[in-house]
Amino acid sequence: MDIVVPMQQTVDLVEELELNDAGTDVEREYLKFVANEWDEQALEEALLFKEATGGTVTVVGIDETDVDGTLYSALAKGADRAVKLSGDFEEGVSSHRRAAILAAWLGDQSYDLVLVGVQSPEDLDGQTGVILANLLDVAHVSVAIGVEPHDGGVKVSQEFGGGVVHELALSGRAVVGIQAARQAPRYVSISRVRAAMQEGGLNETAAPDVDAETGTTVRRLYAPESTSHAEMLEGDADAVAARIMEIVRERGLVKGGS
Amino acid sequence: MGNDIFVLVEHTAGAVDDSTHELLGKAAELAGESGGRTVACLLHAGAADATSGLAADAVLSVEHPALEHFLPEAYVKAMASLLAEHEPRLTLVANTTVGMDVAAGLSARAAVPLVAYCTAVAFEGDAVVATSQVFGGKLNAEVVVDGAAICSVVAGSFAPASGGSPEVTEASVSGLDDLTTTFLRRVEPEVSDVDITAEEILISVGRGIGGEENIELAQELADALGGVVSASRPVTDGGWLPKTRQVGKSGRKVKPKLYIACGISGAPEHLEGMGDAELIIAINTDENAPIFDVAHFGTTEDLFDVLPALTEQVESAVG
Repeated sequence: MDIVVPMQQTVDLVEELELNDAGTDVEREYLKFVANEWDEQALEEALLFKEATGGTVTVVGIDETDVDGTLYSALAKGADRAVKLSGDFEEGVSSHRRAAILAAWLGDQSYDLVLVGVQSPEDLDGQTGVILANLLDVAHVSVAIGVEPHDGGVKVSQEFGGGVVHELALSGRAVVGIQAARQAPRYVSISRVRAAMQEGGLNETAAPDVDAETGTTVRRLYAPESTSHAEMLEGDADAVAARIMEIVRERGLVKGGS
Repeated sequence: MGNDIFVLVEHTAGAVDDSTHELLGKAAELAGESGGRTVACLLHAGAADATSGLAADAVLSVEHPALEHFLPEAYVKAMASLLAEHEPRLTLVANTTVGMDVAAGLSARAAVPLVAYCTAVAFEGDAVVATSQVFGGKLNAEVVVDGAAICSVVAGSFAPASGGSPEVTEASVSGLDDLTTTFLRRVEPEVSDVDITAEEILISVGRGIGGEENIELAQELADALGGVVSASRPVTDGGWLPKTRQVGKSGRKVKPKLYIACGISGAPEHLEGMGDAELIIAINTDENAPIFDVAHFGTTEDLFDVLPALTEQVESAVG
């Protein structure tokens, strides 16, 4: 099967999230961007599928901060083709617009299956994969934890709350939102990514010009005012451990003498 | 655009999910403001009894063989058909697996704006104003939609409502006869020797534990305290602990007497599974980690120092 994996760059959540002056978005100019972790899961599942059955894996990314590194990393991991859709995306890209761009680009491509991260940290107007499937008018499954060949199509394991899983068969083209690959995303060394960069192989093409409004306006973005906050324990590790010991003992959670 | 508030009913084996009752609670409040009705949308094959006791003014019951099990494309097409015909002012779905598949698809098909991951929804004049939990729970977005909207709602955001006798109307929808998705089977979660929902003490490890080889540190503390080790999603996805140990939205919901979160940031999906623990102590070097908002006590000291120190103290106390 020929599999396409769209890859999104998203703000690194480990960083302090600075807001823009209007307080309506994160300050994209200065923040560090990384590949959406769920897209990394989708890439891993695509590579596992290819290794088991043949076919190809194409990764495609919109021209967002540091997307080149993500796409070259995918090539180093075993993707066959990487495509960058260039354009002006510094202001951020909504899920509706991202899906519309991908749908327009996929219109000219030969593919059987799209595997995409089930969500991203900033998809407040909905998950890209689900929107994409409905724009393409193909089937969709979210929260997938496994994709395998099945009767000429694929079998998808869809996870529900509490760990219940449904197995669904998809007989035509489809978009599957991956929650987790069957194994942890593979590691690739920086030297192999650099080697991939030196080889080139990134196909760059202009992103299709699409009109896709979300109908949503962010009026304010803010850190949640927590109604409570943990009482922080002071001191070094030994002092902290001693304090935790007191706390759990006061509640009768540790037996034994003092 | 009408004034009604639509709610997608989630049900399993004839029983309506808690998340639906929460949505109906909010829908009743909003319908009071809009002057419309709360309308529960029940998509099913032979599960009409699920409507009894629903706290809604009306039920739109769509019965079709393709709706016997949850098939994403069937649900999206059925709901899109209902929205096109009835034009509700607001449609509420839960941010569950079903909701994730339906909400965004419905937004695309029905051309109605969606606000995902909502924890609050209100009307301001003709607009819907929703609070969306984004960036891993680190930021909230106040989002305005002028006109009709769809909101997918995080579990636990609204008080549930139950006890009603809605008027049931049979509805027919289009698009369910040429699906490319087939239900194969339902797989129940594996049974394990440890039931983390029954344990009083959980030492829970997250991404910050670094690797499978370090889980021993948590295990030693669990052994000393008489508890067991549980985990957040990245740990079970990485295969460092079995899936049966996972706490959170897609794992187990736990309510132990003591929950020590080690290297867990506290993504909304995790908090959903452990926020009701009686005593929560969080160990995380990121002082801004959302876990500290639900924890009773916390420390930014390194878990690799705190865990062995605590284990030693517990061991010497219990002799």
